[in-house]
Amino acid sequence: MNLIGALQIALPEAFLAVSALLLLVLGAYRPKGVAAVSLGAGFALAVAAVLAAVGPGGAAFAGSYIADAASAYAKVAIYAFSAVSVLLGDRWLARLDAKSFEFPILIVIAALGMGMMASAGDLISLYIGIELHSLALYVLAAFRRDDARSSEAGLKYFVLGALSSGLLLYGASLIYGFAGSTRFDVIAQAVHAGANTGILFGLVFLLCGLAFKVSAAPFHMWTPDVYEGAPTPVVIFITTAPKLAAMVLLARVLMNAFGGAADQWRQVILVLAMISVLVGAFAGLVQTNLKRLLAYSSIANIGYALIGLAAANHQGVQSMLVFMVLYMIDVTGFFACLLALSRAGKPMETLADMAGLFREKPGITLAMTVLSFSFLGLPPFSGFWGKFYVFKAALNAGLWPVAVAGLVLSVVAAFYYLRLVKTMWFDPPAGAVDAAPLDARGVAYAAALLSLGVVLVLPFLDPAATVAAAALGTH
Amino acid sequence: MTIGLAHYLTVAAILFTIGVFGIFVNRKNVIIIMMSIELILLAVNINLVAFSAFLHDVVGQIYAMFVLTVAAAEAAVGLAILVTYFRNRGDIAVDGASMMKG
Repeated sequence: MNLIGALQIALPEAFLAVSALLLLVLGAYRPKGVAAVSLGAGFALAVAAVLAAVGPGGAAFAGSYIADAASAYAKVAIYAFSAVSVLLGDRWLARLDAKSFEFPILIVIAALGMGMMASAGDLISLYIGIELHSLALYVLAAFRRDDARSSEAGLKYFVLGALSSGLLLYGASLIYGFAGSTRFDVIAQAVHAGANTGILFGLVFLLCGLAFKVSAAPFHMWTPDVYEGAPTPVVIFITTAPKLAAMVLLARVLMNAFGGAADQWRQVILVLAMISVLVGAFAGLVQTNLKRLLAYSSIANIGYALIGLAAANHQGVQSMLVFMVLYMIDVTGFFACLLALSRAGKPMETLADMAGLFREKPGITLAMTVLSFSFLGLPPFSGFWGKFYVFKAALNAGLWPVAVAGLVLSVVAAFYYLRLVKTMWFDPPAGAVDAAPLDARGVAYAAALLSLGVVLVLPFLDPAATVAAAALGTH
Repeated sequence: MTIGLAHYLTVAAILFTIGVFGIFVNRKNVIIIMMSIELILLAVNINLVAFSAFLHDVVGQIYAMFVLTVAAAEAAVGLAILVTYFRNRGDIAVDGASMMKG
């Protein structure tokens, strides 16, 4: 394939890379033009999403870059959620009177890295994609330079993220050495010919690194601290797009490159999934800070997504893809509610702050209630459908003990969602709440409506995920 | 005695282990953690170059070049975050990073 053909396949990411550099120049030479940079970033992400959806499929750059239905599915979701983060972050910085053009550019660069992760067909592009998005996220987590908690969150995220990259890289080097190539399709042949101990050893390291990135327990230590310390718009970003990118990458590595060793890696994924659901359910019970609580909730939800992946077949991957997008909508809405709420200029982040919120802000309370019910898996909200897909795939793959354990633990987790709902509706009010900004409110209501009207979304999401899952996996 | 692949892999494994322990055991200074991260990445590079020579395949060395570049970028980002942390807190002790717990 010639260079033009290869660039066509990589066009969404090439476009984002050029856009990020142009916006950087614009921001550097026009310090007052922050609004233009944000607008440009949102526009670039929207164009990249369209390009990813309509662009040609195939493998470019000697198989290291793949555009297929799975990467298109992931990229459309990643770029859309990134654009929402640009909007919320820009308005948030404007309210703080701390507008800076770096914020949207960092999000575009992170989105570029995630696009590369979704398209990676080779251990090198896998690593570059992961590092590109991680480095941007470390900076974003520490974005409030004058806030001690934000810089502590950034530091912790950096140290543990760098460690996870090191583990992942060590695994990648072993896989390269024992399989003889960095390309996923060649690795797949080596694995089918008989996976030796060296390759499996490398795979375990690679899985540890990726488990860090999706914050699956026992590699979740960074998650609660980063969620609590990082600015809320950044948390919205961290908890949505990177998780989907890493899950799609995980699915591609496991199904495409290591499809022949499914019996071996299924054990690892099941252990990760069960510990995640367990930790998410029980550690969440004692949390009083809602951002921390949502961190444990996200750990539990990644556990459910991993249960889908552990089925190691087409239905399992499809259920994981549906689950992740539905979860991303819910969690964006929930954090947008937190972003919208402040009391005398201070963000309301603890459970006690939410007391009697219904009397102050009925709309936001209603949205948070819908999203809480969705998290705990109550029909007809989207969280129920996500779990339904995952458990159905697990049951069909004969993993019924896991499905039962997951269901029981989701009942445990229901306690903290219901406690929040009870606090908001029935406790005595804790004082007047500031007017909610339009952008955060709008995103919160939109997410709650999507969660409620999920039966209108599923007819589009389900076939898209089915086609995407068909691209992942050779069996 | 000829130096073979196994020797290089052993050295890399030892360096990797030292790096990981350096992150977890060290309770004093964040700079030492950053040095440990570099050690891990260098262990990976030894692995990659050794495999590359063993397999007569140049991709491993290209991979090592990418790792070197990214390691430099990572160190720059890490030090920048460390500077903001130091400005807020006045020290960089690992034990001090405990505003958030639970």
